[in-house]
Amino acid sequence: MGQEVAFYTLAALILGFGVLVVTARNTVHSILFLVADFLCIAALYVLQGAPFLAVIQVVVYAGGIVVLYLFVVMLVNLKRPPEAHRDRRRRGRLGVVCALVVLVEMVAITAYKYVSPTAGLPPVTTMGPNNVALVGAALYQDYLVPFELASMLLLVAMVGAIVLARREL
Amino acid sequence: MIDLLVIPLIKIVIVLTGVLITVMYLVLLERKVQAWVQVRLGPMRVGPHGVLQPIADVLKLFIKEDVTPVRADKFVFTLAPIIVLVPAIIAFAVIPFGSTVSIFGKPVPLYVADINVGLLYVVAVASIGVYGIILAGWSSNSKYPLLGGLRSSAQLISYELAVTLTFVSVILASGSLSMVDIVTAQRANGVWFAFVQPVSLFVYFVGGLAETNRAPFDLPEAEQELVAGFHTEYSGMRFALFFLAEYANMIVVSAVATTLFFGGWLAPFPTVPFLRVLGYVPGWMWFVVKTFLVLYVFLWIRATLPRYRYDQLMRLGWKILIPLAIANVIVTAVVKVALSY
Repeated sequence: MGQEVAFYTLAALILGFGVLVVTARNTVHSILFLVADFLCIAALYVLQGAPFLAVIQVVVYAGGIVVLYLFVVMLVNLKRPPEAHRDRRRRGRLGVVCALVVLVEMVAITAYKYVSPTAGLPPVTTMGPNNVALVGAALYQDYLVPFELASMLLLVAMVGAIVLARREL
Repeated sequence: MIDLLVIPLIKIVIVLTGVLITVMYLVLLERKVQAWVQVRLGPMRVGPHGVLQPIADVLKLFIKEDVTPVRADKFVFTLAPIIVLVPAIIAFAVIPFGSTVSIFGKPVPLYVADINVGLLYVVAVASIGVYGIILAGWSSNSKYPLLGGLRSSAQLISYELAVTLTFVSVILASGSLSMVDIVTAQRANGVWFAFVQPVSLFVYFVGGLAETNRAPFDLPEAEQELVAGFHTEYSGMRFALFFLAEYANMIVVSAVATTLFFGGWLAPFPTVPFLRVLGYVPGWMWFVVKTFLVLYVFLWIRATLPRYRYDQLMRLGWKILIPLAIANVIVTAVVKVALSY
């Protein structure tokens, strides 16, 4: 009972903040709502019995990446509204296309669950409270290669950014 | 019901009141220590030796006019001090002030929560506080606060990395992320991590000074350049919230240092026979004494060292502390693996 109440409250908050992120006039306000949204998602992870993920969510997304967004928004003057595109209905059409893609994805995911129901991973709540070690084992033993590939990708992006920013090294 | 709600609530109230009173008297202690270093007397008028000075200060802050600049972003301007203060206070939730004691025959652990990601929780909470500072600078709609806010958020982000890396080597040494387990690991080791991880302690402490915007890293509020930095436009109670947050953060940094490096609530010299008597002092008292010793170093440094220049600060953070912390993590990991064979 309490679990359901907490879940639906959090879900409502997440959706509400999500709407506020896209509707807020001021970009800085919009970023603030994004942070609130991420914190609610972290709370959702706690509710699902994954405290490690929750904390990482806060450290990486709420505390790290969004701070950089904020920097960019504050340093780049956004007071001037973006110039209108020649084709006035371009934005509307793009919106419809994106919405359709998301809709198809959601239908596909829902359908897939019925077409081939897999056992998949056990739910985190059954793994006991100490899932730090389990996350570590999953990342560094079971999925070592994809994990290292992802970090190589990030490294390449970082090197690229440095090369672009400083022409002469 | 009692275990689930009443006892944690009582603990939260005690910790919160304790922190607020400590902050008040920490300010007095700071003024006194600074004065003694400079061969002055410090506050002497309110009460004997100025012991009632904090109450006078708080009263003054309460009755001061609270000004909001006309062109400020009112919503964010009001929110910013709250965002700074709340993380500073909720970080105390995972700090173990002592082991379990028995009150009226009921075992009560002397911490609000022992979560198994305690140390990461501290990192996460601290990373939220940056928003308050950067938003305070931005929402004031004034040049000095904006520059101060940018400076201090750049400083916080840079030093957060080094501090988090020192946590990694402590986690390697203790084998746990829980604050309580880290203290018990130090008892099992028979030696405090300050002696196992001296490099970590050094990097953590320097990073802690920078993260709390304390001298010699108090650049965000370098008076000569930036007036009062991000809180230039704040006055009255809202200014008091920033002030409170800074000192609460100092206590958090000291309490975490005590937990990670100085054995938390453990009594010193448990193996020396004639010093066994120290073990009769309650654990939480040791914790308070150790935390205050670390806090004293904060005050001492402020009275002793001149402020760094901004480029020096960045060079120290990125080119010395972070490589040092990474090297320390690698050495710790290698030694740990070598010892396990």
